[in-house]
Amino acid sequence: MAKINLVINDRKIETEPGKTILEVAGENRIKIPTLCHDPRLKPYGACRVCLVEVEGARTFLPACATEVIDGMVVKTNTVPLYEIRRTIVELLLSDHELSCVTCESAGQCQLQDLAYELGIEENRFEGEKHTYTIEDYNPLIERDLNKCISCGRCVRICEEVQQNSIYTFANRGFDAIVTTPYDRSLIETKCELCGQCVSTCPTGALTEKMSRYKGRIWEIEKVKTICPYCGCGCELEIQIKNGEIVRVSTDVESGINKGNACAKGRFGYDFVNHPNRLTSPLVRKNGELVETSWDEAIKTVADKFSKIKKKHGSDAIAGLSSAKCTNEENYLMQKFMRAVIGTNNIDHCARL
Amino acid sequence: MAGLVKAFGSGAMTNSLDDIVKADVMLVIGSNTTENHPIVALEMKRAVYDFKAKLIVIDPRKIRLTEYTDMWLSQKPGTDVAVLNGLMNVIIEEGLEDKDFINKRTEDYEELKKTVIKYTPEKVENVSGIPADSLRKAARLFAAAKNGAIFYCMGITQHTTGTNNVLSIANLAMLTGNIGRPGAGVNPLRGQNNVQGACDMGALPGCVSGYQNVCDLGIIEKCKDIWGAKLPEKGGLSVTEMTDAVLRGEVKAMYIMGENPMLSDPDLNHVKEAFEKLDFLVVQDIFLTETAELADVVLPGVSFAEKDGTFTNTERRVQIVRRAIAPVGNSRPDWLIISDLAKVMGYEMNYETVGEITNEIASITPTYGGITFERVSKESVQWPCPDATHPGTPILHAEKFTRGLGKFHAVEYKPPAEETDKEYPFVLTTGRLLYHYHTGTMTRHSMGLDEVCREARVEINPEDAKKLNIKDDDWVELISRRGKVEIKACVAPRVPKGTVFVPFHFKEAPVNMLTNSALDPVSKIPELKVCAVRVERA
Repeated sequence: MAKINLVINDRKIETEPGKTILEVAGENRIKIPTLCHDPRLKPYGACRVCLVEVEGARTFLPACATEVIDGMVVKTNTVPLYEIRRTIVELLLSDHELSCVTCESAGQCQLQDLAYELGIEENRFEGEKHTYTIEDYNPLIERDLNKCISCGRCVRICEEVQQNSIYTFANRGFDAIVTTPYDRSLIETKCELCGQCVSTCPTGALTEKMSRYKGRIWEIEKVKTICPYCGCGCELEIQIKNGEIVRVSTDVESGINKGNACAKGRFGYDFVNHPNRLTSPLVRKNGELVETSWDEAIKTVADKFSKIKKKHGSDAIAGLSSAKCTNEENYLMQKFMRAVIGTNNIDHCARL
Repeated sequence: MAGLVKAFGSGAMTNSLDDIVKADVMLVIGSNTTENHPIVALEMKRAVYDFKAKLIVIDPRKIRLTEYTDMWLSQKPGTDVAVLNGLMNVIIEEGLEDKDFINKRTEDYEELKKTVIKYTPEKVENVSGIPADSLRKAARLFAAAKNGAIFYCMGITQHTTGTNNVLSIANLAMLTGNIGRPGAGVNPLRGQNNVQGACDMGALPGCVSGYQNVCDLGIIEKCKDIWGAKLPEKGGLSVTEMTDAVLRGEVKAMYIMGENPMLSDPDLNHVKEAFEKLDFLVVQDIFLTETAELADVVLPGVSFAEKDGTFTNTERRVQIVRRAIAPVGNSRPDWLIISDLAKVMGYEMNYETVGEITNEIASITPTYGGITFERVSKESVQWPCPDATHPGTPILHAEKFTRGLGKFHAVEYKPPAEETDKEYPFVLTTGRLLYHYHTGTMTRHSMGLDEVCREARVEINPEDAKKLNIKDDDWVELISRRGKVEIKACVAPRVPKGTVFVPFHFKEAPVNMLTNSALDPVSKIPELKVCAVRVERA
């Protein structure tokens, strides 16, 4: 494929055609701020904080929606760009609930980060503010329009990726808001509660209800693993605080799901710390299951299996392995049945 | 899986999730993809909207995927072989088959042709209820595809004719030359996160890991070397056969790890009777499931988040599972429990880490030969991957089939084991919902999901409901020859007349009290998708 040569911030860069300035900059570790961009979505160019200067262009161009061409000379960090970005963020903050002290998204909020980077301590635009009260009775997704910056990411991910189109913009100008059909609770719409909108929201407008006050991003350890539900094999980031799972997130840059997940993957984790989890081996004594030690439990099973094997033969014992256990555990289970018990009576519920 | 082994030589999804968007036409049959494989469904929708692919959905119910196409064919449950033969009839009659592919890569085509030629669209309409013209349109559309991909799930396999259904799908793919290319293929979507892995690892009565037949001299020799044990010679029992063997008094003890047959198996009264008859039942699970309640010893295992290891997804991709938190309470990872038990029984199973087991799997399993713990920690790999330098295999059967030539199987339509009659006039079909998973052991204990979807409801067509004077949320009784379940009604236009649908996640309405345990003779899969019931107001 033909190569393209361009210059970004005085650095010569070679790349392939078909990419945007934002993508090429990212690949070369040149940071351009964004608010309305998500690699899962089509370029939109709404927020304008990614504007860059391109030599010969009549206006500043959005890096997220401008493809690179050969010979392009781009600047991402000039004084006029700084002024524009600052004005945009000030305007957004002028109608934004500044409850960062308790906001779930503090520390992972792109608006907060940008305000910090641009050093916005005071706002030139004091004026009218909206106050919205949203009562959404679904148990999973918290919607707070007071923190919405109208970037349209939730609207677009629901339309472009989920293809469910639950959200839309209503009203115009200063009064524009994101709403649902007839302004109903998500649970009364065709929403599948996949939480894709939460995953793309750059601020605290959309957050996970179950994670409320459970832990903020700097207190959390993230571990990447594979979802326990269907066979898609999505990668999930388990967020842990004090040994407990407090949230599940995704990474747009890895896994077969590339940042996408469904309701089960995103919200079906709290069974892990459910109080009814079995925490001790149990043996049946006088008809009741009672707690016992591991040593006794294992010994009971070993003795009983050995006796039955001796009396009735190996084929009098059968094992069921599990499609929820790991490969290693399934391998060991069939090895145990074949090598230790001595039977091929081993199966699992693939058929059910 | 048995069907694909017969036709192609290997029973797994032929293609990758990545190349769904490369299909020109997707045929989805017996898979409620948006609810059961939501992320696969995203790719299908993307193929339709961004890449202008065509979608054909064949399902008795108007599932949500039908919203993304104008070609939805609603067949009567259990008539899939007739429908697929009908599609092939049109393709052959109109000369739309891929003659080159048939000549070079397949065998037994003439026999298929002889059988299929009898299934005219009009005849199929009588059996399946799909209008002859719709069938013709779908057949022409699929045959014209440059890349046609077929997706199916348990709507195809959970029938007494499940293997024949799969053989028919394989026939259709070969007839149209849709094998071995990106965007084509036969793609069974695996239902559980590691069901592919459990099969690959030999948790099957007939084979050791990597589908190595227990009677094969090579594997017997290898097991002797690596395990230091002789493989048992006698064949084993499948899960559904175990129940009968217990009732006959042949099986006295069972060891069940991470399964809940007391909710998932057909004809639950029968299953319960069997478990109660056992001398000794050990259940290893994370909750006291309906099955664990009957156990003599319960061993607390851990969830996915508390252990290391690997899972293999539906596209044969082996991926690393990382421990996120310590085991809850005094629970232990299942691999440790099994090795402890083996040791006490006098067999040395000494693994310091999970990685040692992963590497033993690689040493004994040719298809996993290059998938060591060290490698899979860094990158996911799609099997077959015979050695360390092999990149893995995104698409199966590219140059030739695993068995050499692809084999056509002429299969005739056979009706389901139980058909409706005057006393039991409705077809009951079972399945799953978006917010729950299998027997609900995990999702019913996830507060948010369970709040969104708290109870089972039977979906019944508005016309049927009107006749029976049933309204939304009315209590009804579903009665089959095997049992009775009380359940609330959901008047739903998405089920066709004469059919009712119940999800099997809910212990409060265990629909498997009603289902038929009649098995597919080859794969031993029970006919969970069709049985006859009566609906009465409770």
